[in-house]
Amino acid sequence: MSEFTEQQVRTDVRAWLEANWDPNLGLVEWRNKLVDSGWGAPHWPKEWYGMDLPVGLVPVVDEEFESFGAIGVAKIGIRVFAAATILAHGTDLHKEKFLRRILTGEDTWCQLFSEPGSGSDLAGAMTRAERQGNKWIVNGQKVWTTSAHKAEYGLLLARTDMDVPKHQGLTYFILDMKQPGVEVVPLRQMNGYASFNQVFITDAEIAPEFMIEGEGEGWKVATTTLMHERRTADGLRKYSKPSDRPERIYQEEAAEIAVALEPYKWYPQRAGRVDLIMQRAKETGRINDPVVRQEIAKLLILDRSAEWTARRARAAQAQGRPQGPEGSLGKLASSYIARASNQVHTLITGTDAMLTGDESPMDGLIAEILVSTPAISIAGGTDEIQKNIISERVLKMPKEPRSDTDRPFRDVPKNIVT
Amino acid sequence: MKFSFTDEQQEFRLMLRRFLEDKSPTTEVRRLMETDAGSDPEVWRQLSQELGLTAVHIPEEYGGQGFGISELAIAVEEMGRALLCAPYFASTVMAATAILKAGTEEQKRALLPKIAAGEVIATLAVAEQQGDWTAGGIATTATPSSGAFQLNGTKSFVLDGCAADLIVVTARKPGSSGEDGLSLFTVASDAAGLKKTALKAVDDTRKLARLEFENVEASLLGEEGGAAEPLQETLDISAICLANEMVGGAERLRESSVEYANLRVQFGRPISSFQTLKHKAADMLLDVELAKSAAYYAAAAVDDGDDDVSALASLAKASAADAYMQTAVHTIQIHGGIGFTWDNDTHLWFKRAKSSEVFLGTTAFHRERMMQNWQEQEAAQ
Repeated sequence: MSEFTEQQVRTDVRAWLEANWDPNLGLVEWRNKLVDSGWGAPHWPKEWYGMDLPVGLVPVVDEEFESFGAIGVAKIGIRVFAAATILAHGTDLHKEKFLRRILTGEDTWCQLFSEPGSGSDLAGAMTRAERQGNKWIVNGQKVWTTSAHKAEYGLLLARTDMDVPKHQGLTYFILDMKQPGVEVVPLRQMNGYASFNQVFITDAEIAPEFMIEGEGEGWKVATTTLMHERRTADGLRKYSKPSDRPERIYQEEAAEIAVALEPYKWYPQRAGRVDLIMQRAKETGRINDPVVRQEIAKLLILDRSAEWTARRARAAQAQGRPQGPEGSLGKLASSYIARASNQVHTLITGTDAMLTGDESPMDGLIAEILVSTPAISIAGGTDEIQKNIISERVLKMPKEPRSDTDRPFRDVPKNIVT
Repeated sequence: MKFSFTDEQQEFRLMLRRFLEDKSPTTEVRRLMETDAGSDPEVWRQLSQELGLTAVHIPEEYGGQGFGISELAIAVEEMGRALLCAPYFASTVMAATAILKAGTEEQKRALLPKIAAGEVIATLAVAEQQGDWTAGGIATTATPSSGAFQLNGTKSFVLDGCAADLIVVTARKPGSSGEDGLSLFTVASDAAGLKKTALKAVDDTRKLARLEFENVEASLLGEEGGAAEPLQETLDISAICLANEMVGGAERLRESSVEYANLRVQFGRPISSFQTLKHKAADMLLDVELAKSAAYYAAAAVDDGDDDVSALASLAKASAADAYMQTAVHTIQIHGGIGFTWDNDTHLWFKRAKSSEVFLGTTAFHRERMMQNWQEQEAAQ
């Protein structure tokens, strides 16, 4: 295939699925066939399990898989950003060793970027990697690490040089998580869940060939990972609907999805559950209170107009027009919606908002909303960082003068470690 | 097109923006707001006869251009941005729409071509001294009298009420209440018994009048007692247009805030480099973009014939009013002391924002109306 047309792609993928799809295969067995065929990651390069298909035609392949009821390669989790990073920056050895098992879902990955001392300021990472003989020795602490307890490998951002400015002293590694120097401890959140982990790294070892790009080039590589993280935010929803069909392969996939989604089960609540507002207001009779009605109206106006703003951004994209400012506002809007929704749920719930668990309305769901929404204005870039991005990239306002980038990282003020 | 504009609509907007930048700089706004008429006859002539703006949403059979409310909304958005001083909202948006919705075929053929050509300036008089734009707020009476009607009562907050040649008036059958007995009438501006008083308005760029009717002869517009529905449709479209006008003004203010913050130096650097200002600017962008989405959606919903236009009109009006006022407050704050001076232009938009916030109903009124409309719709399903 040299030319790709939608119709040709459709015909080809259908023909291949007709000849090969078998729900009685094991999940990994099937995915290995997929990987060999190129249909598992068709937009990837030909030499690495793909067929150089333009990204715009991937949905066509997805549609055909869906209409067949065929299962695709593993697409949930950090492994997706790991693959993108390795494809963009990795060596042939990295690609050889890791890509296939990412696609089959045999390996789980995690991202070791955030630290207790560097959240918004990721480039201030303090975890050290020091070259000793023929290996790197890593010491430090990472945090907010989804799936670290399951992960075979971690994408590690570590400091290799304290005597150059902060961005230049970082190096990117692939860390084998299953080694004695890596200790994973669940991190309990204010809403009671423990969806993330802390990772304590003590004299962990990395062979030199598991560095990605060169020493001091870690920030550039991390930028690729972060870009894919932002882009794939929708992927979670898209690929997380398990089938309840009886064949072995569906069962295996459902189990995989259940494990992968376990950390995210409170995510709808952190967004504020605007969808429950009217129902709750009616059940409680608060719908008749004119003050409550005003607050509900404000929330619904915010929610609707944010949805329409997102659709304007998508429409511009679909028409191939340059994206206007509306495309950068979604995350900030969702923070404000969640916060407002929390307030309105409280107004509606009244004194029962003091209760939790099965004492709380909707078997604890309302209480879960009330203690989960603070997460949304922090996770994945705080509101403050979002506003910096909007003001600098969209409104072209100048950056605030910095005192941390023009001197050796050693001399930059840092958090006091207690 | 609820989420995007066509190439033709974009071109229309650009053409209009260039025209208004040329014809309605703030020097002109300041000159015209000091006059009684409040508009420039030559600009009005160009706007109506050369650009055909007064004819935008009037169907071709009545001398119009036959475009939709989406195009009308673009026109008023650009006028709101430029703070154009002209009787456009009164004549084209409110009066022409009322005639279109309520008039008989014969009346539409008689009245609309001249409004479309800009030769007749019309307005719509609904609210009275209480400033209530609902049917229940209408007390002015219409009494049959030898083939016509006689109006008695007082209308207030009438846009360009002194400048208009033709006044469309809502009045009721004596003894009726609510939506019953409500009719629309047309009255000539020089009718005997009509007393017109200019109101002192906080927003000098939009002229308001009180109209007192004492046995004023009026012609029935449309069906006697049947005005409730066409009036509602007219007010919905007016609220949607006002929302679009407001987002135009809000965006202009928002831009001027960033421009000024980039120029103003304090503590040795442009104040736009301080995060406190950058974060305010990001919030202002969010406020304005959300309000734009609602205003555009509501305008397109009219053209699509959606059945929840009343709720959407109120949603868009409330959203735009909050965004405009908030943006105006922030804009003055970002300008600091100079922002509170008469010579700085910000107050011109601030006052339009304040005035638009309450015109056609307060924000609280529209939020409640939106809720009621949605609940009624839900109950009907």
